[in-house]
Amino acid sequence: MSIVIKNLTHIYNPKSPFETKALDNINLEIDKGEFIGLIGHTGSGKSTFIQHLNGLLKPTSGKIFINGLDITSKDVSLKEIRQKVGLVFQYAEYQLFEETVAKDIAFGPKNLGLSEEEIEKRVKESMEMVGLNYEVLKDRSPFELSGGQKRRVAIAGILAMKPEILILDEPTAGLDPKGRDEILGQIKRLHEKYKITIILVSHSMEDIAKLVDRLIVMYRGKIVMNGTPREIFSKSEELERLGLGIPQITYFMKALKKKWVNIRDDVITVDEAKEEILRAIRGNNYD
Amino acid sequence: MIKDITIGQYYPGNTVIHKLDPRIKIIITFLFIIALFFIDKFLPYLFVLGFIIMVISMSKIPVKYILKGLKPLLPIIIITFLLNLFMTRGQVVFEIGPLDVTIEGLNKASFMAFRLIFLIVGTSLLTLTTSPISLTDGIEKLLNPFKKIGVPAHELAMMMTIALRFIPTLLEEAEKIMKAQMARGADFESGNVLNRAKSLVPLLVPLFISAFRRADELAMAMEARCYRGGENRTRMKQLILNTRDFIAMSIMLILFVIILLYRYL
Amino acid sequence: MKEIMVKMDNVTYEYTNNEEERIAAVKNINLEIYKGEFVVILGHNGSGKSTLAKLMNALLLPFKGKVYVNGIDTTDMNKIWDIRQTAGMVFQNPDNQIVATIVEEDVAFGPENQGIEPKEIRKRVDEALAAVEMLEYKEYAPHLLSGGQKQRIAIAGVLAMKPECIILDEPTAMLDPSGRKEVMNTIKRLNEKERKTIIHITHYMDEAVLADRIIIMEAGQIIMEGAPKEIFSQVEKLKKMGLDVPQVTELAYKLRKEGIDIPNDILTVEELVSVL
Repeated sequence: MSIVIKNLTHIYNPKSPFETKALDNINLEIDKGEFIGLIGHTGSGKSTFIQHLNGLLKPTSGKIFINGLDITSKDVSLKEIRQKVGLVFQYAEYQLFEETVAKDIAFGPKNLGLSEEEIEKRVKESMEMVGLNYEVLKDRSPFELSGGQKRRVAIAGILAMKPEILILDEPTAGLDPKGRDEILGQIKRLHEKYKITIILVSHSMEDIAKLVDRLIVMYRGKIVMNGTPREIFSKSEELERLGLGIPQITYFMKALKKKWVNIRDDVITVDEAKEEILRAIRGNNYD
Repeated sequence: MIKDITIGQYYPGNTVIHKLDPRIKIIITFLFIIALFFIDKFLPYLFVLGFIIMVISMSKIPVKYILKGLKPLLPIIIITFLLNLFMTRGQVVFEIGPLDVTIEGLNKASFMAFRLIFLIVGTSLLTLTTSPISLTDGIEKLLNPFKKIGVPAHELAMMMTIALRFIPTLLEEAEKIMKAQMARGADFESGNVLNRAKSLVPLLVPLFISAFRRADELAMAMEARCYRGGENRTRMKQLILNTRDFIAMSIMLILFVIILLYRYL
Repeated sequence: MKEIMVKMDNVTYEYTNNEEERIAAVKNINLEIYKGEFVVILGHNGSGKSTLAKLMNALLLPFKGKVYVNGIDTTDMNKIWDIRQTAGMVFQNPDNQIVATIVEEDVAFGPENQGIEPKEIRKRVDEALAAVEMLEYKEYAPHLLSGGQKQRIAIAGVLAMKPECIILDEPTAMLDPSGRKEVMNTIKRLNEKERKTIIHITHYMDEAVLADRIIIMEAGQIIMEGAPKEIFSQVEKLKKMGLDVPQVTELAYKLRKEGIDIPNDILTVEELVSVL
């Protein structure tokens, strides 16, 4: 068991007129090596939630255990939490500040108090993990890089702290399709090759459908749905009520099912849809 | 602590005081400050107090709210009081160690403390009842006549508007960057002064870069919307003087004259 | 006879990079955009889309060639304000284009710069806010609004200048799905109801599908141009360029490759359902 969350509640500005319950009694377990997608309308509590997972926010009540360690307890050092859980913020390139790429990535490991050799080793490794060429880029200024590269430098800066769990808040926001596909490809590789547990916050249902094992849906500070993307995208009306959508391809299959009664409509990727339609056509089995 | 400072803050409302022309309010505040420095006896303070009480009650701002604004400035008031108390020579009433307390000292100290309190309350009433944007408009209009001698009235007002517009944006951004760096193990809270100053680099560098980028984009956007400085520019909202503005001004002038009479007669 | 809104005649724009090399952001562009048209410009970051947009508004001046907005040469310095008033511009980051601390004051900013009469400004501000459905927020502070709302305020700010043409440089890139929908509905309505010429730059294919014409840029040049149906029928070419196609278009393409007989210009769910 990697993450266990028990009765997590967070209230902003308690006992004031501005009191708001951002998280409302959240219970969740995430296994080691899972790839989780987290979706929800803006203001649903997603970002408050992920900030709890690496100790940036403390719960009003409830507990969070990471590999058995209670990170909400007072004696746990933040350093310890951050080595377990890495959090990549939205538009993460805005946090870059050093003169060179290597120095910027080294900021995290340095704060952990690691040795020079270890830091260099980690910078090298983490740049490789996100597909940046160490020799070519290490002495370049991060501010000269392209948008997609900058963002990967920022992700490398978190990976250099060797977290077991990586949380990414909309890592593709503002990128063009090419930059987006590159980043998503790296994230997939981090999960498959390096076995990192991943929590991906995204607004793109198409990307979520392609990548994640399990999908968590938040609404008004609560987890309202929790299951495989296939299960969740089959409940399109409920998702729409929560201000969310489904991949266009799923929407299409649902529309097609009205015409072809015998077709499966729990399809979430283009290739699946193709197979299903071909099966129906070739088996002459659509109504 | 920062939350407690009410000076410079706007307390929204729809009262006569809120509706007064900002130019008039600025002039009244200036006259009020000047008047305070003409006072040399306790008695005229009663008129000032009356005036302040009248304004507060008309503006419907809770007295507690105004007193809260005084709190952060209390040390200054106390220091002024003590300095005057012990530094004034005269008839000794009693002694505290090596320090003498004199009747003249007591007099002068409480006199100065009152002046300071009135000064703070008077100026904070201006900002409490005037939205930043109309305050800016007022300043621009009042400075307009001085344009001929090179006072950049429009530019100053524009700068103030943009600053007011971007303060919340930049504060929010600072918080985001701080959190992002904390997620990388940055520590903004412990260590000595030098270490703390050093730990601000990862916050300030991205913040400055972002502020410059914003400034660049904003300049471009303003240009695209035909901004070319103050010349030939009109305003949607015109400042028009009302009867209430003249009444307010007259009340202030009466107070001013009373104070001058007490001083010179 | 179609009237021309923007005309680009062999336009090149160069800039100097950090290594003192001259780089052409756009080169030898020939382009005509007609009044009332809804044009979408696609392309990677760095392909020259933004430069193209700024050339249409005289924020940048061509290095070679000529740009005409409503027949006016953008290098004519006496007419620069006419050009900017005719072709209004909305930018990517909603925060960095709102000037004032109150919504209606911000919308008034453009007309105030034009020296319009106060009464007329008031009227225009209310109309513009109504057109983007933000009238009830006119006394709000902009920083309290959502991204989509802020971007609609930015659009209202341009509308109050009564432009014929609105150029939008990735206005939806920083928004969440509901914000994107709000902004796209607004743009679409302005094009259809108010007959505004729209030049919309985006990465989102579902937005491009709405256009009358799509222009694809790469390395400073226009490499594809045509109606959405023509563009998206070339799925392979688009994929090679690293651009997206709508999922149904991709599915139709893959089914065709398997020998299923369906047209090659499917853009929407309804179209694909109807042909299967």
